[in-house]
Amino acid sequence: MMMDTKAAGAQAGSRNATAAYDAASAKSVLQVKGLEVTYYTDLGRAKALDDVSFTLGAGEKLGMVGESGSGKSTMALAMMRMIKPPGRIEGGSVIVDGTDLMALDDDTMRRARLDKIAYIPQGAMNSLNPVTRIGAQMVDAIKSHMPREGRSAIMDRCMHALRSVDLDSGVFRMYAHELSGGMKQRVCIAIGILLEPKVIIADEPTSALDVVTQRQVMETIDRVQDQINAAVILIGHDMGLMAQFVDKVAVMYAGRLVEVASVREMFTDPKHPYSQALISSLPNLDNKGVFQGIPGLAPSLLRLPSGCAFHPRCPHAEELQRTVRPESVTLAGGRTVTCHLYAEEGQRHV
Amino acid sequence: MANITMVSPVNQPSNVVLFFRYLRRNKGLALGVIILVALFLFTVIGLMVVNPKHAYPLSAGLKQAPSLKYPFGTDFFGRDLLAAMVVGMWQTAFIGLLAGGIGTLVGVVLGFTSAYFGGWVDSTVRTICQILTPIPVLLIQVVVAGSLDKRDVTIFTMALIVAMLAWMGPTLVIRAQVMTMKERQFVAVAKLSGVSDMGIIFREILPNLLPFIAAAFVGQVFSAVFASFYLAVLGLGPLREPLLGNIIWAAQSQGAFFNGWWWWPLEPAFAMILILGALALVNMGLDELANPRVRRSE
Amino acid sequence: MNFKIVVKRLLFFVLVVWAASTIVFFIPRLSSRNAIRERFGELARTGGFSPGDIEKMIASMQQQFGLDKPMLEQYWQYLGNISRLDFGYSLSKYPSTATEVIAQALPWTIGLLLVTTVVSFVLGTLLGAVAAWPKAPGWLRSLATPFILLTGVPPVIMGILLLFFIGFRLKWLPLGGAYSAGIVPTWSWSFFLDLMQHQILPALALIFGSVGGWVLSMRGMGITIQGEDYVNFAEHKGLTGGRIFRDYYLRNALLPQVTGLALALGTVITSAVIVEGIFGLPGIGTALNLAIRANDFPVIYGIVIFITIAIAALMTILEFVYPLLDPRIRAN
Repeated sequence: MMMDTKAAGAQAGSRNATAAYDAASAKSVLQVKGLEVTYYTDLGRAKALDDVSFTLGAGEKLGMVGESGSGKSTMALAMMRMIKPPGRIEGGSVIVDGTDLMALDDDTMRRARLDKIAYIPQGAMNSLNPVTRIGAQMVDAIKSHMPREGRSAIMDRCMHALRSVDLDSGVFRMYAHELSGGMKQRVCIAIGILLEPKVIIADEPTSALDVVTQRQVMETIDRVQDQINAAVILIGHDMGLMAQFVDKVAVMYAGRLVEVASVREMFTDPKHPYSQALISSLPNLDNKGVFQGIPGLAPSLLRLPSGCAFHPRCPHAEELQRTVRPESVTLAGGRTVTCHLYAEEGQRHV
Repeated sequence: MANITMVSPVNQPSNVVLFFRYLRRNKGLALGVIILVALFLFTVIGLMVVNPKHAYPLSAGLKQAPSLKYPFGTDFFGRDLLAAMVVGMWQTAFIGLLAGGIGTLVGVVLGFTSAYFGGWVDSTVRTICQILTPIPVLLIQVVVAGSLDKRDVTIFTMALIVAMLAWMGPTLVIRAQVMTMKERQFVAVAKLSGVSDMGIIFREILPNLLPFIAAAFVGQVFSAVFASFYLAVLGLGPLREPLLGNIIWAAQSQGAFFNGWWWWPLEPAFAMILILGALALVNMGLDELANPRVRRSE
Repeated sequence: MNFKIVVKRLLFFVLVVWAASTIVFFIPRLSSRNAIRERFGELARTGGFSPGDIEKMIASMQQQFGLDKPMLEQYWQYLGNISRLDFGYSLSKYPSTATEVIAQALPWTIGLLLVTTVVSFVLGTLLGAVAAWPKAPGWLRSLATPFILLTGVPPVIMGILLLFFIGFRLKWLPLGGAYSAGIVPTWSWSFFLDLMQHQILPALALIFGSVGGWVLSMRGMGITIQGEDYVNFAEHKGLTGGRIFRDYYLRNALLPQVTGLALALGTVITSAVIVEGIFGLPGIGTALNLAIRANDFPVIYGIVIFITIAIAALMTILEFVYPLLDPRIRAN
C-alpha cells in the first residue's frame, strides 16, 4: 500500500547519496579516533578493535561490513561505551558533535545515550520488554533524559516517533508479543529517534526479517534520517542491501578498518585485496553459476597473524606484509585504505 | 583459487587443565567435592576403627558429654555417638544412593519410553506426573511409612519408600531432553539408515543424555537424603538404627536441650549440614558447568 | 482469561485431590497386615478406653473405611467423606474427629507459614536479584552470600542450631512450646508477648532455612535475564540503573520465581509442619507428630489430604494470578 511512495523515496535517497557525502566531509558530526577494545578471556587476550578511526557528517550513511567476528558489533558497543567485562575499551576517542564520549563520567554518558548517540539493536525480536507496554518503554526513555518534561509533550514525542516509522498510534498501548517482527524493529527505530540524536547506529537491523520487510525497515531508517539529519552507521553483511542505502562503505577485518570509501568507489574499484575479494564474491548475472568465496578462514583474534592480519589469505602477500603492520593511508578523493600496496600512492594518514 | 591454510591455531590447553582452572574459579564446586571426599574418608576410616555395635543402645555409659573416651559423647540410650555418626553416615549414604539410583533409573526408562514412543504412552505418563507433582511427596511417604508395622521399617524399606515417589522429576527432565534430541538430525539419519528403535536409543540418544542423567542422579540423591531425613525426624524411620534423623527425633523426644544434653541433637545436625551442603554445592557446580550462560568467565 | 481455562484449572485441582485421596485410600490396604485392626487390638489390650468407646470407634472406622463392604463401595463412600472434609474420629483424642484436631491446630500453622513464606520469598528474591546485578555495590551484592551458604541447611536443622545457640547457650529465647509453662492463656499483653517470644525461633528457622533457595533461583534467573536483549537495549536507551533494575530486570526475572513459589508450596508447607514438631508448637506439625506416635491413622491421613487440598488450592490461585503478571500468558 505504501510501496510506491517508499520506493520513490529510496531512489531519491540514493540519488542524493554522493552529493551528501561530498557536502558532509567538510563538517563532521562524528569523529572516531584510534578506538581500541580488548577482551581478556581464559584463552588469552583478544584485540577486538584495533586503532579504528573514521569520520562521518550529518545526514551521511556509513555501511559497516565484514565477516562475523571482525569487530563490527564491538565497534558499535564501544561507541556507546557499552563494552562489558571481560572486554575493555583501551583507548581512543568518539567525538559526537564536539563532545568526546570517552571522557564523560558515567552519568553524563548515560544521558548522552539516545540523546546524542542512539543504538538500534541487532536482535529487535527480543529487544522489547515482554511484560510492559510499548508506550511505557518509550515514555521511560524520554523521562530518563527529560525528567521535567510534561505529560502531553512526552506523548507528542512518542506519537510523532511512531508516525515517523509508519506505525499506528495504537501500537503505543500494545505489548511486544502482539507485534510482527518488522513492527518490533520499527518500534526500536522509533525509540532510537525519540530524542533526535546526532548519530544513529543500527546493528544489523534487518537480520531475521523477510526480504520485503527488510526493505521497508531500511526505507524507514532512510526517511527518519532525512527528518532529523543524523549520521547513520549501518552494520550488516548484506552487501546488496548496503549498496542501495548507504553513502560510504567501511570494511572491517580482524578488528581493523581496512578500507573506507564511497559506495560507488567501493563497488567499482575496491582497493584493499580483502575488499576486492568481498566484492568479487557477490553474485551477479555475468558470472552466474560460478560461486566465488574468499579462500582461508577468518583469523582468531586471540592470535592474529603478524604484520598485516590479512596476509595469510592475501594473494599479494610477501615479506613486507608478513612482518610489518600496515598503516592507514588516504588516497585521492579522501578514501582510506590500510594496505602496504598503497603506501607509496597515498600520503600518510595521521 | 589455491587453498591457503589457516594461520597457526590458538594453543588450546588440555581439558584437564581447563577443568582445574574452572574449579579454581568455581570454588563452590571445589568445596563440595572436598567435603564429600572428607565425609567419605570419615565413614570408611570410622567403620574400620570404631565398633559398629557401639552405635546401638546400652553399649556405653548414658548421657555423657563429649570427652576423651567418647569424643562425641553418648546419648540417653547409651549409644556412643561417634559410632552412631559413622554408622548413620553410612546408612544415609546407602539410602541416598539406592533411592537416588532407583528414582533415576525409573525416570530414565519412563522418560525414554514416554518421549520416544509418544502418543498415548506419552500423554499418560505426562498426565500422571503432572497430577502427582503438586502432592507433597513427603506426606505420601508419611502415609506409606505410617501404614507399615514399625518393625518392618528397615534401612532398606526406607530407601524403597523414598524411591517410590522419586521418579517424577527425572522422568520429566529426561522426557524433555529426549524430545529435543529426537528432532535432531543424527537421529533422523540413523532412522533412515534402518537402525532399530533399540539401536537408536542405546547408540545414538543415550550417550548424548549422560550429562543430564548424571545431573539428575546427583539431584535425586540429594532429595532422597533429604526425604529420608525428614521421615526419620518425624519418627517414621527405622527407630533402632542410628540414622541421623532418628537421632534428632530421639533427642527432641527426650527434651535434650531442656536437659542440657546439647551435643546429642547438635552432632547429627552438623553432619546433615555437611552432607546436604556438599551435595547442593556439587549440584549447583554441575548445573553451572552444563549451562554456559550461568558459567562464570574472567 | 476464558471460561475454558478456568474449568481446566478447577478440574486439575479436583484431579490432584482425588489422586492424593486415592493413594491414601489404597496404600494401607496394600500392606500385608491391617495396621488399623492391629491398632484396635492394641487399644483394647492397653485399656484406657471403655469397651463402648472402642465399639463406637470401630463402628466409625468401619463407616469411614467401610471395612466390611466391598472395596469399590468403600472407596465411593470414602471419597464422599473426603469431599465433606470428614476424615473420621481421632483414635487418640476420641471423641474429637480428625477434622476437629486439624481445625484446632490450623491457626498456629497458618500464622507461622504466612509470615515466614512472605518474608523469605520477598527477602530471597530481592537479595538474589541484587546479587546477580553487576552494577549493584559490592557490599549489597555480598549480602546474599551468607544466605546462599545456608542453602544446605534445611529449616529443621536450622531450628536445632537456633535452639542450641540462641535458646540453649545465650538463653535469649525459650526452647520450645507455645507459651511458658505456668502462664495461663489470657487476652493480655504479657501473654501475647510470651506467645510471640516462642514464635521467633521457629519463624527464624523457617526464614533462614528457605531464603537461600529463593536467593539462588532468583540469582540464576537474574543472570539469564541480564543477558537478554531488552535489558541491553534499556541501557542503550540511557535509562538509569534503578529503572532498568526494576522494570526490565526484576519484573521479568520475577515470573519464573512465582512459578517456583507454586511448585515449592509442598516443600514450604512440609518444612513448616516438621519445624513445628521440633519446637513443639501446637500446630499441624505437632498434631502429626502425636498422631504418628499414637498410630492415629484418621488424623495422619486427614492431615495429609488436608495439606494436599491446601497446596492444590494455592497452586490454582497462583495459576490465576500469573496471567496478571505476564501479558503473554493473558493473550493465550
